[in-house]
Amino acid sequence: MPAIQSPESESIQPEEIHPDVALVARAKEGDSSAFEQLVRQYDRQIFRVAQHITQNREDAEDITQDVFFKAYQKLDQFQGNSKFSTWLVRIAVNESLMRLRKRKTSKTVSMDEDVHTEEGSIPRDFAEWRPNPEQLYGQGELSEILRKTIQGLPPGFRTVFTLRDVENLSTEETAEALGLSVPAVKSRLLRARLQLRERLSRYFKQSNPLQALEGKSR
Amino acid sequence: MTCTDFLAKLTDFFDGNVPPALMVEVEQHISECKHCEVVLDSTTKTINIYRNSEIYDFPPELQQRLESAIMTRCCGPRDAAK
Repeated sequence: MPAIQSPESESIQPEEIHPDVALVARAKEGDSSAFEQLVRQYDRQIFRVAQHITQNREDAEDITQDVFFKAYQKLDQFQGNSKFSTWLVRIAVNESLMRLRKRKTSKTVSMDEDVHTEEGSIPRDFAEWRPNPEQLYGQGELSEILRKTIQGLPPGFRTVFTLRDVENLSTEETAEALGLSVPAVKSRLLRARLQLRERLSRYFKQSNPLQALEGKSR
Repeated sequence: MTCTDFLAKLTDFFDGNVPPALMVEVEQHISECKHCEVVLDSTTKTINIYRNSEIYDFPPELQQRLESAIMTRCCGPRDAAK
């Protein structure tokens, strides 16, 4: 039976102190090299989160800068109740959603958007997938398929899927980063996963009509 | 267990949070329902493909440019002020 490695299943000693705690403490005291190390550790993740949500590279670059600038300004407010990375991700989500709102001036963008629709909550495609579907395509082509597919999800679903499944935050950390309840995250996550699965099925199922039409042998 | 019950437990299944007694029912349902077996398999693959793929480039030049801009914006004026 297939299984997903879940962060909850990893054995983490509760008394373990995360190395970021010492770096944050040094940064709070004005040690810029400590803050620089935190930037290096997490800028890729923050950029990826911002790009997933906004679907725009320039916005993601601006947001990455803004996130670390805000974090630096508010370092004293970080109490260490959550991981430093989760705190950064929360800022990145807020900045990204704000950017989307600015872009779509006539329409509100929030985590509540599209929640009431039942679209994509019921599987319709039951074709079996190839054993290693990612090997059907070259890296560039696969990335393009994955980008286009996740772009089609409503922002609220895309955000939950990004944090839980791309960034591998736990369901609880995802809820904390988004200011949602755990049941709300689970509900959105189920629909996000099912919608992506449905949309990817045309590329990855056993008998792929697109490949047959294009005469591709992979 | 019905297909609807199975779908309702899918997120808990991926989180490893299905109680053992209920897990028996889930496994029983998957073994009997081809549709749900396919949904589970393809959803698992969906998650793994996204998790294991870097779909957005983050080249070293971009990383260096961002880090430089961030540190200048954060620490330049602050250091000068101290």
